Parts: sequence; C-alpha cells; structure tokens
Amino acid sequence: MDQLINYTLFLADNALIMGHRNSEWCGHGPILEQDIAISNIALDLIGQARNFYQYAATLIGNNATEDSLAYLRDVKEYKNCLLVEQPNADWAQTVLKQFFFSTFQYYLYQQLQNNNDEQLKAIAAKALKEVTYHVRWSSEWVIRLGDGTEESKKRIVKAVDELWMFTGELFEPASYELNTNIDFIFLKENWNKRIRSIFAEATIDVPAETSWHQSGGKIGNHSEHLGFILAEMQFLQRAYPNSEW
Amino acid sequence: MVETTNISVEKIWKILETVTDPEVPVLSIIDLGIIRDVKSKRDEIEIFLTPTYSGCPATDAINMNIRMGLLENGFSKIKITQQLSPPWTTDWMTEKGKQKLKAYGIAPPHSKQIVCSPDSFQKEEAIQCPQCNSYSTRLISHFGSTACKALYQCNDCKEPFDYFKCH
Ligand SMILES: [Zn+2]
Repeated sequence: MDQLINYTLFLADNALIMGHRNSEWCGHGPILEQDIAISNIALDLIGQARNFYQYAATLIGNNATEDSLAYLRDVKEYKNCLLVEQPNADWAQTVLKQFFFSTFQYYLYQQLQNNNDEQLKAIAAKALKEVTYHVRWSSEWVIRLGDGTEESKKRIVKAVDELWMFTGELFEPASYELNTNIDFIFLKENWNKRIRSIFAEATIDVPAETSWHQSGGKIGNHSEHLGFILAEMQFLQRAYPNSEW
Repeated sequence: MVETTNISVEKIWKILETVTDPEVPVLSIIDLGIIRDVKSKRDEIEIFLTPTYSGCPATDAINMNIRMGLLENGFSKIKITQQLSPPWTTDWMTEKGKQKLKAYGIAPPHSKQIVCSPDSFQKEEAIQCPQCNSYSTRLISHFGSTACKALYQCNDCKEPFDYFKCH
C-alpha cells in the first residue's frame, strides 16, 4: 500500500511541478498564441495532478485531501524528478524541458493505461490524449528552434547542455516504482528513439547516453529550486490554513 | 416531495438538458456527452459524469450547476460521481450539439474521429469555416481559448474561428 501511495504521489508531483513551471509563463509568453498554448498545457498537467492527488488521498485516508497533499507537504516529501523543477530560463529551455518530460509521460502513460490498478489506469488513459498534444507541440518547437536561425540554434543547444543531465533520473526506478509493472528498459528505448528522431530533424546532436547525470528528486533530494516553487505555491494555504476556493 | 420511481430518472435527464457548459454556453451537458448515467435509489440521485479534459476548469462549475438545477426542482440528495474510464471523446457529442456549435460560430469536431498522434508537422485535417463554409482554412494553434478548442483562420473570408478539436 505504501508503495502505491508513494508511486501515485510521484506521478502527481511530477505533473504539478511541471504544470506550475508552465503557469509561470501565463501572461509572459513570446506571442499570444504560445502564451495560450503553454497555459493550456499547464492546466492539463495540474488537472492530471489533481486526479492523482485525489486518488492518493483516498488511499491514505486519515482526512488527507488533494489540497493537503499539494499544499502542506515539505520539499523533502516531494517526489518529482529534478527535471521538472528546473527554471524556465528562456523559451528554448522551456520547450526542451517540455519535450523531454512530455515524451517521458507519453510512453509512461501508454504503459500505465494497461496497469492492473484500475484508477491509475483510468487517469493515465485520459491524460494520454492530452499529453499527445503536448508531445506534438514541444517537438515542433524543438525542430523550429534547432533548424531555425543562428540565435535559436545556439539557444536550443545550450538548453540541451543545461537539461540533459536531468534526463537519466527518469529511467532510474525508485523503490516505489519497482512493483509497478513498468518496463523501464522499453520506456527508455522508446524515449531515446523519439528524442533521436526529433533531434535529427532539428539538426541537434544527441549527447552521449553514458554521460553523467543528476538524480535524487524521486527520493526527496531536490535542487534549491523546488523550495522557491513551494514557497510561492503554498504561501496562501500556510498563511490562511484550510482556506478553500 | 418528488416521487422517486423510475419516472424521476427521466425527469432528471430533462433537467440535465437545461444545464449548460459555462465555456460553450450553447451546449448542454447532454449535448457534450459527459453524463454517463443517472441512477436513483430511494430519495438519492446519483449522476455519473466524465470530465472532458483533466484540467477543465468548467468541470467544477458544471457540478455546481447540476446541483443547483436539481435543487430548484426539489431534489436535494444528490451525489455526483466522477467516472474517468472510459475517457471522454468528442465522438460522444450529439449531432444536435454539433449543429448548435456550428450555428454559434465554432467548427464542430469531425464526425469521423481523427486519431491524434504525436507526429510533428503532420498534415492538418481540413476544417470547414463555420462562417462561409470554405474548406480552405489553416491552423493557427492547437491550443485555443479553452482546453477543448484549437484556433483556425479561414483563407477565404479571413475570419479566425475556434475548432472544437477531436479528442
Ligand atoms: Zn470563412
């Protein structure tokens, strides 16, 4: 039971923190259509997070709610991978982070929709349709920037340098992922294949797979960035406990 | 008091027809196809609802409007159960709903479900302009003013329009 709760929280935390990062663009997008696009993706992800938190809350019982799980847990209790908490920096880094993460979610949810846990299965099947649009949108942006101008190319290559080291963690199972029936080798293969094909179209080099990578987020060892995100996200609930929409 | 036999279930469906989607007010929640089932047990009514998108902000508003509509008609014990599986699809939208959308200026989802795939820069489906009926239109963005819509522009009458995208 603990494993299932932790795994559900891991899925929720990833979606929430990525969604929160995307929401930082709301009102600041480079053009109106893209501002709307990334805000829509934020909404989808926060919606997925809610579904996972609601499920985790029923598993935990004890008066846990989606709100208490999102707003009252501390940095160390968060299980999201390090990738999603990385700062947005510029547009190149934002869309590349989205591309890495959405591609991961896409193949993960494809497996999860056949999971033997009925609720995880249902949430994943629903979310997969949304993530398909995210993969498409972020892939197109990676290609557009990579195969674009000298400046856009420079930026997307820099983004690869900054973010690649956070991708290895995605495929390194934490203890609570071991009994999930997720085939990590297949997941990684699929992910790599998609990254390679889009990078080829974008004329970007794929870094060596064996290169060193960061990890720790899945077990609560986060970068300094997550604390700042939570400080902003949780302020209201901590200052005014139990307030509701 | 309202009698709670099978007749009331039919009455509930009638009431639900008056509850609209706050983001696309021409559509009732029946048109949208999000009500999967209505059950009555003694004096309690249970409604099974499948949300359109995971993060659709209209879902909470719709839940509240369902409660209001039923309360106004004398039903007070209401349970709304979210049913995620099978996931909602635009295939569940009624023909009447699609016609209402077009009249409202939103291109309705294709009747033949077009499977969305992650392929980048794929050839876009031909969407008919709801203003002048031209098929010469182009996609501006997959993401529109709400989660369920994409943004298009007509090459003939030049009007931008929303397309209720396949899902
Ligand atoms: Zn037109």
